[in-house]
Amino acid sequence: MRSFRIFVQKEFFHIMRDRWTTLILLVLPILMIILFGFGITTEIRNTKFAVYDPSGDYTTRGIVNKLESSEYFTLERYIDSEDEIERLFRRGETGFAIVFGDNRILLIADGTDPNTASVLTNYATALINSYLQESAVRQVGGGAATDVAGDPPVASATAAAHRTITPEIRLLYNPSLKSAYNIVPGIMGMILMLICAMMTSVSIAREKELGTMEVLLVSPMKPFLIILSKIVPYFTISVINYITILLLSVFVLKVPIAGSLILLSGLSLLFIFVSLLLGILISSVVDKQITALLISGMMLMMPAVFLSGLMFPIESMPEALQWLSHILPVKWFIIAVRSVMVKGLGISSILQEVSILIGMGIIILIISIKKFKYRLE
Amino acid sequence: MKVIEVENLTKRFGSFTAVDNISFSVERGEIFGFLGANGAGKTTAMKMLCGLLRPSGGRGIVSGFDINRESEKIKASIGYMSQKFALYEDLKVWENIRLYAGIYGVPEKEATERSHTLLEELGLEKERNSLVKSLPLGWRQKLAFSVSIFHKPTIVFLDEPTGGVDPVTRRQFWEMIYKAAGSGITVFVTTHYMDEAEYCNRVSIMVDGRIDALSSPASLKKEFEAESMDEVFRKLARKSKNGEL
Repeated sequence: MRSFRIFVQKEFFHIMRDRWTTLILLVLPILMIILFGFGITTEIRNTKFAVYDPSGDYTTRGIVNKLESSEYFTLERYIDSEDEIERLFRRGETGFAIVFGDNRILLIADGTDPNTASVLTNYATALINSYLQESAVRQVGGGAATDVAGDPPVASATAAAHRTITPEIRLLYNPSLKSAYNIVPGIMGMILMLICAMMTSVSIAREKELGTMEVLLVSPMKPFLIILSKIVPYFTISVINYITILLLSVFVLKVPIAGSLILLSGLSLLFIFVSLLLGILISSVVDKQITALLISGMMLMMPAVFLSGLMFPIESMPEALQWLSHILPVKWFIIAVRSVMVKGLGISSILQEVSILIGMGIIILIISIKKFKYRLE
Repeated sequence: MKVIEVENLTKRFGSFTAVDNISFSVERGEIFGFLGANGAGKTTAMKMLCGLLRPSGGRGIVSGFDINRESEKIKASIGYMSQKFALYEDLKVWENIRLYAGIYGVPEKEATERSHTLLEELGLEKERNSLVKSLPLGWRQKLAFSVSIFHKPTIVFLDEPTGGVDPVTRRQFWEMIYKAAGSGITVFVTTHYMDEAEYCNRVSIMVDGRIDALSSPASLKKEFEAESMDEVFRKLARKSKNGEL
């Protein structure tokens, strides 16, 4: 037991005495949460827009006011000709313009960033529609007050307004469409994977590369204990990071924990174990730190970023990639965290994800044990 | 008293026979040189003696324990130092000593006392709190050797311990080996330096997995009509089929 204690201590020394390792382990998670939470955002706010409005009538001004009063748009200025739009776009002064013509409204967006362009046009269309709807209703009300006898054209407009069915959109779980809700579970998965799988595999590979593993294996210390003592520090750091990420997301990114904290923690512990096992598996097949780093980086982190649904929705990927994403533990973890943390669901709704993670853990464990020949060849 | 006794020890990897039916014994307190070209099978043989590899055939007793069945007991009673660094560079000198003392189960109090004497003898008392990486290579090797016999093993296995070390330090290193042997620790050493082979009590030379010569350096030189151990070695290695010179 004493040798185990000294050994764990030694691992902590390795981590703390290497400035980069310490930095990666403790600062990177905070940095990632803040960068992703604030930086990468699919929300659009205060986009400057230009207006070309030759008529300048009541309705067009109303539409411009409606857009400007929303938090998404800010009026840059009125322009005098349609040609000016392209100049504005080229100079990057604005990425969105509205052109009012005879019986039509033209929305022009900068398509170099297709996502933003489509979000902007969607927002604007919705705002314009709702304005037209409101004004139609207002006209009906006004008409009824002044003209008791009723005016056939207005009446028909009323009927038209009532007949137009406008879908009303309500977003559940994340009503204000904050991207942090989507990002926090993803970051959590990536960080835990990074620390558990990557750092563990690199640290075991390091001992092999330096030749100290040889000395340890000749010692009476059991290989199982050597590996276990390698895991303990990374496990501890993962738990610390899990807590940091939760605190940051609740208090800084304002993402509340909708579901049970205990369930969320249990889920994270399960994922930490699976990732640690994965790290051990990687280290059992490689002899060099750089190989361990590349394998865990290319085979775990990159797919985790792309296939886990963190940045791009899995549903819109080619089928082959979707299928590939199923074998990533991190994907299931992220789905489950979303269910618990954002949707506030209970254990019964994440049973599938939990059992898949447990299954993966068992499979990795079995392979690791078979590969567990920390012997010298 | 014999501390190593090996009979018909064999190790096969698939169809390749790395160690082919070797038999020898080593006396207590002896400095036993284990020579051979790269690929001759000496590392494989040594790993079997240390309990790291299971033999494909043959029997062997190391410090009273069977290498086939009691490898864990063997591990506790031997010391080992490899050609690569045995010490952790990012740990302090005393932390390294404490780590190995812990692994080999030297009681804490005894370890503290002995580490003081050890550092004094090595003249490293001032470097107690320095990181190992700040020490010159020669000092590191000497410290590594002292650490490998810290738990007073019956046998210490040294795998090319003086690789990359300057001649003066090598000389000092061999003085330490003599001292250890004098205190009753058997030294089993592999080396590429033929002048070092002359320092051994007895030398075995492996060629293609077999021990082709085993005797004291003086009688080997006589037997092969050679001036030096270097010449003996070259005469033997010439017969090799797969070893490199």
